[in-house]
Amino acid sequence: MSMNTQGRPTRIEHDIDPGGYETLSGSRGLDQAEPLLFERGSLEVTGVDLPTPKGGPNRLGSMKREGVIGLPGLAEPETMRHYVRLSRKNYAIDLGLYPLGSCTMKHNPRLNEKIARLPGFADIHPLQPERTVQGAYKLIEELARWLMVLTNTPAVAMSPKAGAHGELCGMMAIRAALDARGESGRRRVLVPESAHGTNPATAVQCGFFTDEIPADKTGRVDMEAFKAKLGDDVAGIMLTNPNTCGLFERDIKEIADLIHEAGGYFYCDGANFNAIVGRVRPGDLGIDAMHINLHKTFSTPHGGGGPGSGPTVFSEALAPFAPLPFIVKTADGAQLKMAENDGDADGEARPFGRLTAFHGQMGMFTRALTYMMSHGADGLKQASEDAVLNANYILARLKDVMTPAFDGTCMHEALFDDRFLKDTGVTTLDFAKAMIDEGYHPMTMYFPLVVHGAMLIEPTETESKSGLDRFCDVLLGLAAAAAAGDADRFRAAPVHAPMRRLDETRAARQPVLRWTPPVAEAAE
Amino acid sequence: MRYLPLTPADRQDMLKRIGAASIDALFTDVPEAARLDGPVDLPMHQTELQVERALSKLAGENTPASSVPFFVGAGAYKHHVPATVDHLIQRSEFLTAYTPYQPEISQGTLQTLFEFQTQVALMTGMDVANASMYDGSTACGEAVLMAARVTKRKKAVLAGSLHPHYAATTKTLAKYMDIAVASTAPDLDGLTGIAETIDDETACVVIQTPDVFGRLHDLTEISEKAHKHGALVIAVFTEPVSLGLVKSPGEMGADIAVGEGQGIGVGLNFGGPYVGLFACKNDRNFIRNLPGRLAGETVDADGRRGYVLTLSTREQHIRRDKATSNICTNSGLCALAFTIHMTLLGEKGLTTLAQLNHETACDLADRLSAVAGVELLTGTFFNEFALRLTKPAADVVDALVDRGVLGGVPASRLYPGEGLEDVLIVAATETNTPEDLAAFETALREVLA
Ligand SMILES: Cc1ncc(COP(=O)(O)O)c(C=O)c1O
Repeated sequence: MSMNTQGRPTRIEHDIDPGGYETLSGSRGLDQAEPLLFERGSLEVTGVDLPTPKGGPNRLGSMKREGVIGLPGLAEPETMRHYVRLSRKNYAIDLGLYPLGSCTMKHNPRLNEKIARLPGFADIHPLQPERTVQGAYKLIEELARWLMVLTNTPAVAMSPKAGAHGELCGMMAIRAALDARGESGRRRVLVPESAHGTNPATAVQCGFFTDEIPADKTGRVDMEAFKAKLGDDVAGIMLTNPNTCGLFERDIKEIADLIHEAGGYFYCDGANFNAIVGRVRPGDLGIDAMHINLHKTFSTPHGGGGPGSGPTVFSEALAPFAPLPFIVKTADGAQLKMAENDGDADGEARPFGRLTAFHGQMGMFTRALTYMMSHGADGLKQASEDAVLNANYILARLKDVMTPAFDGTCMHEALFDDRFLKDTGVTTLDFAKAMIDEGYHPMTMYFPLVVHGAMLIEPTETESKSGLDRFCDVLLGLAAAAAAGDADRFRAAPVHAPMRRLDETRAARQPVLRWTPPVAEAAE
Repeated sequence: MRYLPLTPADRQDMLKRIGAASIDALFTDVPEAARLDGPVDLPMHQTELQVERALSKLAGENTPASSVPFFVGAGAYKHHVPATVDHLIQRSEFLTAYTPYQPEISQGTLQTLFEFQTQVALMTGMDVANASMYDGSTACGEAVLMAARVTKRKKAVLAGSLHPHYAATTKTLAKYMDIAVASTAPDLDGLTGIAETIDDETACVVIQTPDVFGRLHDLTEISEKAHKHGALVIAVFTEPVSLGLVKSPGEMGADIAVGEGQGIGVGLNFGGPYVGLFACKNDRNFIRNLPGRLAGETVDADGRRGYVLTLSTREQHIRRDKATSNICTNSGLCALAFTIHMTLLGEKGLTTLAQLNHETACDLADRLSAVAGVELLTGTFFNEFALRLTKPAADVVDALVDRGVLGGVPASRLYPGEGLEDVLIVAATETNTPEDLAAFETALREVLA
């Protein structure tokens, strides 16, 4: 049989501009419209096969539910399509550069995922007999060792569930240490204006109040202002290093010494540790506590907002106050065990409490250690260097057109302000939305607060030079378009994304936080 | 190194463009004394194969739940997770996305969060839910802080049968917030004396059902009393599957419902990551005081329905020192796993799953309470119950390991020094076969003989 090639035209014969038209389905080719699960599913449908229950008497007493919950189900193929379609409306690091400053969107190696899913790690229970989980304890201990060596600190609390939880861990240890010294009156915590919002929020959750330190002209802590704020009511300082302007705090040793002399402690926000891993050990800088975002620096995936993991390292001074639980050796030294309750801690330890059930984010520990072992001491150092190199390359390529917020080189992220958009009618937000049309996720915008219309670009080490060049070409082109007066294009952007700009004011003023059945709406 | 695309030639070119003589020139702001001259004292890089070998060996030293008759619960539960769930959460677009700060290119995450919030609200019988907390224990602590803000009161009472890790976490969170948190004694009934503690200064009472010993509690009466005094009731659960079969917190008058979502969609993972569920009544004051992220519905410039993160003026990135919580990163991907599993189950599947759990637990309770030296302490339960043994439960559990059975959690591990040495907490789920139950019964008979 020969193939019929006659019927099907293979040439583009008509030169028709269709204009924009609405499709009947609401889909746009591969970008398929997808309703809510509640509009698709039904209470009668299930996508799992389960054995039939025996029925008969139960032991629920009067606690048996009588009514309907209202949870629709979908068959397996429908479930697959629903979520695959939705997934395609997301940007992702696997699709392209994701230059969110401070967020460290680097490649997430799939070996990490594979190791985390080994049944020996994924399918063990936090309270099963300890001798059946010795390998898990060893893994946690090994990760702890890597973190302590990389930071040159004597202790690390592994249980914090994210960066902000690590901040809580560190600041609570400071509070406990001050209480132990009989200096509970120290309640003032110095926090630079450029700090991430979690810093002041954390300080307050520990019963402190914050006092803002201004930045100097170079984007770092204003040393004179800092010194003027020291006093015997100061509990400590929360300082991000490298800071949120992407700069190393040159005076960090002096800051550490001064805060210690003043009787306070040094909390370092380690969200940006990825710039210096293997080159600088924060313990050598005089810090007392620092969280490490395993989901940034050590490549565990962000998962659309979490989970994270925020192990927190401690200096000698704070180590005794580290929270429960922590791993210790059994009396005979032959096995590891978890100190889980107050009585389990030895003489030195004075844990301030427990931050969470069980022992922390094991699933993130396995991924992070896999990543660290893959890189090794040499690779981790190279990764930091490449992260800094990539950021500086972007800075160098853009600095004559876009306006860097501060002079000089940067660490792992390059910060621009909106001076280059002055009088163009284009805002930082518009500029960011135009990047979406170009196929990029925007940079962090309007943070840190110390810079007007901030644009914080963090490429990470997992971008190639050619990828950075393409990215810079696009940004330069956009800056030129803005300068040329093409403001409408920016204000309309994005037009090529799954959605146009969304009305956030309406979302907040008339909150709709869940789906409700249409019948109920009509009845209201 | 396989994760680093730059070549040595790229690096040279880039340094030239930057105008730096060497990479060291970019690190000159580091105080000299703190500059390392060589790599830190850790092993050098390894191939995929080497890393996989080394870590597989460690994994091999643990006993996975699926490899033995397994009855450990007390806050985390072994359930079957459909293969579809793990496939979908590994989609690049879900796995490797950040928090949905740019809604135009994050509708996948945002719509699934909206679905998650709706499912959680429905299951708990509450009106609204947030986009997740770290886990059940931190959700519980945050709920107490929220109750204190809502009521402007500073006293919270926890039932003694609230999971002790939850109680400890809550006390830690409240410790420096000037909120007095007290627990009633951990009696096996669980609620003795708690109603009596409620007065006009009480911000909230916190009650877990099913509680840590597996016992179910009706909160209706206590809710009435609490509300008379202007106090809130916080209902806690650690097993979300139970909500398929038992009355919801909302039905029983709870004001806030918090719990662990791990049992649906998320594996055991040795304790984390899990997913904290947080739901409450629809009340402006409540919603203003909610911790964590919220996804909400809106429209785009073309009038098409879409979703955004909303009401952020509660959150740290806007409100800083006045935020309702410091939480930023939450449990996004675990929330997605929960939602996908819940979608597969639907009401029908959830109800059946819950029933299977309950029936398995009833069978196990019958078998074990027939063993000499065992007394069943829990009358009404879902899939977990407490036993009193004639020998210390910790020793029994240890002896069961030798017989290849992971037979529950000794209450003394959670309540050391509280006189519960002879109490064993046992969970059964749909994953336990009749052979598993028989193996447990036989082993326990031997150990107690
Ligand atoms: C500088 C800084 N500090 C703290 C945090 C909080 O970390 P997490 O989101 O893991 O709680 C972040 C992350 O968003 C950050 O960028």
